[in-house]
Amino acid sequence: MPSLTLEATGIPEEVEAGDPTNRRVELMLGALASAVLLFIAGMIIFTLIKAWPSFANNGLAWFGAGGNVDQQLSDIFNSPADPADYVYELRAWPLIWSTILISGLSVVFATFIAVFSSIFIVHFAPTALQKLIEPVVKYLAAVPSVVYGLIGILVIVPWINNNLITEQMRASVAYVIQLDGSSVMAATMILTVMILPIMIALIVDSLRAVPLNWREGALALGVNKWRAVRTVSVRAIRPAIVAAAVLATARALGEAIMLAMVAGSIGFAPNPFDGILFLFEPSRPLAPSILDGEEGLSVVPFGETMYAFGFILIVSCVFFSFSGWAIRQSLSRYGIGAR
Amino acid sequence: MISGAGKKRTRRVRKPRKKGAKGVWSIGDRIGLGIAWITGIFLCVVAFSVTIYLAVKGISYINLDVLTSRPEAGVEQSETGGFLDPMIGTVLLTVLGTAIAAPIGVGIAIWLTEYGRPASLARFVEAGVEMLVGAPSIALAIFGLLIFQTSFMAPFSFTAEGGAVFGRSFFAAGAIMSLIALPFVVGGTREALNSIPKHVREASFALGKDQASTIRRVLLPASRAGIATGTTLGMAQIIGETAVVVVLLGASLQLAPEGAIPVLDIFKGTGSTLTSYVYINSPAGEGKAPEKAYAAAFVLLLIVIALNVMVNQITKRGQHKWG
Repeated sequence: MPSLTLEATGIPEEVEAGDPTNRRVELMLGALASAVLLFIAGMIIFTLIKAWPSFANNGLAWFGAGGNVDQQLSDIFNSPADPADYVYELRAWPLIWSTILISGLSVVFATFIAVFSSIFIVHFAPTALQKLIEPVVKYLAAVPSVVYGLIGILVIVPWINNNLITEQMRASVAYVIQLDGSSVMAATMILTVMILPIMIALIVDSLRAVPLNWREGALALGVNKWRAVRTVSVRAIRPAIVAAAVLATARALGEAIMLAMVAGSIGFAPNPFDGILFLFEPSRPLAPSILDGEEGLSVVPFGETMYAFGFILIVSCVFFSFSGWAIRQSLSRYGIGAR
Repeated sequence: MISGAGKKRTRRVRKPRKKGAKGVWSIGDRIGLGIAWITGIFLCVVAFSVTIYLAVKGISYINLDVLTSRPEAGVEQSETGGFLDPMIGTVLLTVLGTAIAAPIGVGIAIWLTEYGRPASLARFVEAGVEMLVGAPSIALAIFGLLIFQTSFMAPFSFTAEGGAVFGRSFFAAGAIMSLIALPFVVGGTREALNSIPKHVREASFALGKDQASTIRRVLLPASRAGIATGTTLGMAQIIGETAVVVVLLGASLQLAPEGAIPVLDIFKGTGSTLTSYVYINSPAGEGKAPEKAYAAAFVLLLIVIALNVMVNQITKRGQHKWG
């Protein structure tokens, strides 16, 4: 890709230095661009300052498990008005675990589906179908999350409740939680569909950028088309697949509305070692926890706890976005990057 | 007989060598190809079932009354009114957010492609814009609340008698929404600017124009289509965003103007949009009117489809051909 930065365009000296207006324009636009960085830095710092009492009062135990997280949150919400008596005790592990579990599962499924469907779109789909799928992917990306959530809560959750959860399952966990269909499974299913388009867009772009003669080399050696694609193209774009998965993770972590509607509003950590049952258990990740607690933000200690959740989310999302960006940068160095 | 059999055999040998079927296909390859087909068709099935389901549900509950009446408080679904106010809210918020995001986004894109020095700063800005895409909207929303609840920002929202600033208004929500649309505007503009060949810039310099006027007179007009695409994509993001609305626009379903100045009072007040209307009326919210939630979701989907078609049209028609 030809780079069009200043060095490459080779703007003559007299143009560059010519006019003070030009210099002013550059400085103004540069300041505007730097404001984005300042904003992100400010967001992280101020959220941390606001959240600090919650972290400071709990220490590292904040991230640990212990007690009922919903009970702790309601104690914080009901803490006395005197600042000296504020309650901060919180063990947020169930919420963190739920975030990891739901985003992790969806990213795993979505990566699998995205790789295969991208191969299909680029190399195997008949032209007519290809022309249909590409707008379909764009459309899936554009559907608002609240619409996915509405379908989830009115269609998928009742379906899971009626068809997949047996009375036996209900009885086996009745003393801990109620199973009503709002579950890790419903959340994972919908979240997978929601993050798929981002991944497909990236993977399709980089599959297209793999030079044809690389594959032709393989074909000339007598392997079939599937082998050629799998062993040459997919291998060449492995960093793009990783980047797509990482960026999709950032998206999945930040999803609040759909999960608040579908995952069940109980701070509970489903245990995968319980067998398949954990899929049907409700749980509530960090982002929907903030949304649920939105009305209590003005209660000082409760608000500070919510900002602590927000801080964890921002930091992890910034980390994932940055790594995804960095991986993609390394790709474009080899000329098959997806810009 | 013998020659006939020979013909058959050659035919059998040639058959698999038809287009796309070169080489030997092992079981694993066939399974892989099968999965690829299934996943591809799965995408179409999901998209069509979502659309058709919402269309059937939506059309059966939508009527002129729902579209033109304001939301009311009520126990029964028949008493809760329609979603006129949320529709107005969606329009207001989209206009406000886009109006802030478009100029800033275009400015950043120009700086990144045309100036971009020092190079390290440009790379950081690029990464920063990328991070805005990944930033969780709920975190942006509560950070927005943090900003707009300071007394410095009091003119932008409702202030209680004790001096506490409410921090929730169309202004607050619009400002944060602009950040959600920003990366899309930057992306669209950058793509357009990058596709302008460098000899166009050189021609302009040769005519004695400096860089600033080259940007204004040559590059910006040429990248109109890209800017429009980016802005439309950003608008779609704003229209679909819920978390920011729920946190920053207040929970009132009706528009609640604040203050005495005619137009500004609406922006200073609270309200709702179609997305928050769907959320509040679904079983996850107060759950009073799932039928109206379906109708509103259908309207939302129609807007999204319309915007998607618009983007396609712009990219198809607006592509500038450089010789």
